[in-house]
Amino acid sequence: MDDLTDLILTYSTTIGVLGINGLLALSVWLTLYCGQLTLGNAAFMGIAAYSSAILSIRADLPFPLALLAGTLLAGLVSLPLGATVFRLRGVYLAIATLAFGEVIRVAILAIPATGKGQGLVGIPAKTELWHIYLALAVSAYLLARLRLSTIGRAWSAIREDEVAAASQGIAVRRYKLLAFVLGALIAGLAGGLSAHLNFALQPDEFGFARAVQILVFAVVGGIPNVLGPLLGALLFTGLPEILRGLQEYRDIFQGAVLVIVIVYLPRGLVTLFQLRRTRRLQRVGASDVA
Amino acid sequence: MADQIYNAVFVGSIYALFALGFTLVFSVLDILNLAHPAIFTVGAFTALFVMQAGVPAPVALVIAFVVCGLLGVLLDRVAFAPLRRRGAPPLSAMISSIGVALILTRLIQLRYGPDLQAYPAGSVPSGVVELGELQLDALRLVIILVALALMVGLTFLVRRTSLGRQLRALAEDARAARLLGVDVERAIAATFFISAGLGGVAGVLYGFATNSPYSQMGLPFELKAFTVMVVGGMGSIPGALIGAYLLSFGETASLAFLPSELRDAFAFGLLFVVLVVRPNGLLGQKSPDRV
Repeated sequence: MDDLTDLILTYSTTIGVLGINGLLALSVWLTLYCGQLTLGNAAFMGIAAYSSAILSIRADLPFPLALLAGTLLAGLVSLPLGATVFRLRGVYLAIATLAFGEVIRVAILAIPATGKGQGLVGIPAKTELWHIYLALAVSAYLLARLRLSTIGRAWSAIREDEVAAASQGIAVRRYKLLAFVLGALIAGLAGGLSAHLNFALQPDEFGFARAVQILVFAVVGGIPNVLGPLLGALLFTGLPEILRGLQEYRDIFQGAVLVIVIVYLPRGLVTLFQLRRTRRLQRVGASDVA
Repeated sequence: MADQIYNAVFVGSIYALFALGFTLVFSVLDILNLAHPAIFTVGAFTALFVMQAGVPAPVALVIAFVVCGLLGVLLDRVAFAPLRRRGAPPLSAMISSIGVALILTRLIQLRYGPDLQAYPAGSVPSGVVELGELQLDALRLVIILVALALMVGLTFLVRRTSLGRQLRALAEDARAARLLGVDVERAIAATFFISAGLGGVAGVLYGFATNSPYSQMGLPFELKAFTVMVVGGMGSIPGALIGAYLLSFGETASLAFLPSELRDAFAFGLLFVVLVVRPNGLLGQKSPDRV
């Protein structure tokens, strides 16, 4: 038991980051599951991270309230954004959400309260590991339930064939928007938790590189169920820590795994563990995003 | 004022060269090749590598074109061809190209580190051209001329040559092109060679102009190139040219009324507005006819 405690203490930062990455992977899974590629979740994370941190520092708001406010702000921003960008599809949607991410990055650099380029320091370290893992467990459970509900079936239908789904009476735009806003809320929660896990925030933490990384977690892990993105986050957060030598080659490892998975295992690593029988029913993956 | 216009023409030319390669692949294959900025960077560093061995700048430019072109063909074989054979949707290819970009960028970092580099002293030509009362930086003038020549060359290639006709047929419909006797795989290889070669040359020229290549130098151009392509109409070559200069002049003008840290906001704001209001761009058409 002591060994386990030691292990957790030694690796507590990594374990925290792992949980946050798991939340982020889940956040992008939602839109991928209904066949839409969006790259705005790093920005939602940034919005919540900065706003909750500023509320903690400047307004002395208690941690749960600051966290809630940041998360809700991310969700609030995602609503009009989603209503606008879901007129677009495919690469246009990806580019529009990426542009939104850049606008947020530039905004962070321009608003004085964020500390601009110097970053924001002095955030109270209120996040405990159990906060992160509670949030992760609740999110994963809710998404797993949602996937099997009427809403999840509507998402599947939209992914398989948007026109057919619409002709069945499914309100396509509304369901896409729901997935997008839920994703923004989860990404926002991850942002607020991560802001209070560390002492400081840097604006470039929430840029293009982060958006791509979140996507990589989900795509490599697999889209068929919520275990996929969690598996991806575990692989890319955990492995470079365990294999110290890999640290320097982390991007190369990540890039190579990404290409190999897309080419040879388009539905993600999670399909390796599925039974043949269920695999036929749940063929979903990066190759279904369009 | 004249300085600012000159600078806008220069920046626009780099945007245009970068976006042309991007656009060419998109128009022929519908793939958004996100490894393009990494190839831009590889171009700048290939020139650095050979110039440190004493190769003169113009030769280094040609070497970088060929090296990047071949890298583009390799990229297609590794990351795109297997997906094409499977009939995977274009977004799979986009994600796969992200993987290649991560690898290339990191390889450059392993060799040269993350910091700014410089070309060997005296190896990049410098000087001033006097034009009436204006004093123009000679290197930038050369770069603008090289970029213009390449744009004209590419337009000629696509409009007037047999390969160009094949590419246009391919852009229209790959299956029909094959039936009409187009060697599809060869034409695709040519597309990647030209696209990556242009991207590499853009990297060298920009590297020369700033004399500070670094491993992430392609990233800002990637995001700007999205704006250029969307404003001009995705996949349209003349559209990309117009979009490139429109963006560079717009950015320069925006500095008059925006603080400098908001410079980038102009590009992304423009991108966002065009996507929402007119997603087909200025010259974009609804039909798949793009090259």
